[in-house]
Amino acid sequence: MLCQKCHERQATVHLKKIISGEETEYHLCEQCATEQGDFIAQAMQAFDFNHLLSGLLNMEAAPGYPAQAPAALRCDVCGMTYQQFTQVGRFGCPHCYESFASRLDPLLRRIQSSTSHTGKVPRRAGEQVKRRRHLEQLRKQLNHAVATEQYEEAARLRDEIRQLEQMSEN
Amino acid sequence: MSLSDFLQQAISRWMKDGGPQDDIILSSRIRIARNLQDLPFPILQTDVHADQVIQEVQKALASSAVAKLGEFEFARCRDMSQLDRYVLVEKHLISKDLAEQVRHGALALRKDEVMSIMVNEEDHLRIQVIMPGLRLNEAWQLANAMDDALEQQMPYAFDDNLGYLTACPTNVGTGIRASVMMHLPGLVISGHINRMLSAVSQVGLTVRGLHGEGSEAAGNIFQVSNQVTLGESEEEIINNLTSVVHQLIDHERSARRLLLQQNRELLEDRVCRSFGLLAYARQMDSKETLQRLSDVRLGIDLGIIKGVSAGILQELMVMTQPAFLQKYYGQELSPGERDLRRAALVRERLRLDTEVR
Ligand SMILES: [Zn+2]
Ligand SMILES: [Zn+2]
Repeated sequence: MLCQKCHERQATVHLKKIISGEETEYHLCEQCATEQGDFIAQAMQAFDFNHLLSGLLNMEAAPGYPAQAPAALRCDVCGMTYQQFTQVGRFGCPHCYESFASRLDPLLRRIQSSTSHTGKVPRRAGEQVKRRRHLEQLRKQLNHAVATEQYEEAARLRDEIRQLEQMSEN
Repeated sequence: MSLSDFLQQAISRWMKDGGPQDDIILSSRIRIARNLQDLPFPILQTDVHADQVIQEVQKALASSAVAKLGEFEFARCRDMSQLDRYVLVEKHLISKDLAEQVRHGALALRKDEVMSIMVNEEDHLRIQVIMPGLRLNEAWQLANAMDDALEQQMPYAFDDNLGYLTACPTNVGTGIRASVMMHLPGLVISGHINRMLSAVSQVGLTVRGLHGEGSEAAGNIFQVSNQVTLGESEEEIINNLTSVVHQLIDHERSARRLLLQQNRELLEDRVCRSFGLLAYARQMDSKETLQRLSDVRLGIDLGIIKGVSAGILQELMVMTQPAFLQKYYGQELSPGERDLRRAALVRERLRLDTEVR
């Protein structure tokens, strides 16, 4: 039998791959198999990874985990469903992390060393994060001031919040 | 064009310049994944989204902050020939995934080919720095500076708690993949490699053969990289990798020393035999070529072979691959023809060095 790829040398490497029940056979010469090796290894890795990922995600059924994800769980920004995510192993958009937040913890615990970031923080987003945290703080103080009838303090806080909000709009 | 002229143009800095520990470490690479806010990841991208990302990147490239980091050429994948894209893959400057993203993919490449930015691969941006020898810190500093410069121009998708958001959950957090390409013939010949590799994989690192796995890795070249991206800082990731790499270097050195002491004749025969084959063979497949090159490089490092440049391994490892061969000879080549041309190119390259002598 001749090699399927170069049609020149004898095929000495015979591979059979079964992915999702679909069978594919390869008959290659040694040279083409080496050259193709990377590709096959990569395809196998991708397959293994997705398989692994869906395996991990299905672990959720174990006791202690929250109930099975509803079939309708879907990212309201990009439209990707949680079901699709478990199949492709890739998110559709940055917002997916928030949309699927309730399911991510067990996954991240297994593939990463922890579930919170301790590395670099981008300068610009970092400022936004700081401003957002500051605003939340001020709003809490404002509620407290109103509840305890400290109206002068409440007015001052209200102005400060307004100023910050305007800044973040610009 | 003569081979030496072609080499001048075709070879990236990581293939010719030396660096710390470059008798064992061929290259150090840092790659960081970033995404823009409020846009779907490339997997769900429409043409409009892809164009939007590309425009943002082009705008950022024109900024003064980026200009300080060097001169870049920008091209969309669809405007490059398939052959040229695969030449870039073989030079380790872009990934296979990007080469296949013909419609949406794009690339910014610094003139000296030390830094590249892949656009619309799995993530919107992948900043990559590749340097010769063990220089992970230096590579990270440069990638980090580019990251800062780009971020001034376009807001990234970043979460307070999860860090940089990426298309795949295995990259979330720092988005960093640090890796080192190592030539480990001593450990392979002495039979210790599999034990070493399994030890390495137990400390949060991944090892894979560049061409094939374990003791079967052609050319005895291995890539070691971090596995985890969330929960450790960039510096911790790089320091952890560096310390394991230093241990591997020590083991490789002592394996080489032992081989010289105990099996000198066998080793010399193996090395010189491979040199003879490379210098005179009329056809050779890529697997054998890598194996022979590895032997010759070991011979150079141990002083058995003199007058041949050490960079020959990196150079020919890249240049004898299918796309590069076809680029050099300027024509499409069947696998059988490639085996002939590969041997011819290797002979020609070896003669360049020996003429000097
Ligand atoms: Zn073939
Ligand atoms: Zn989404």
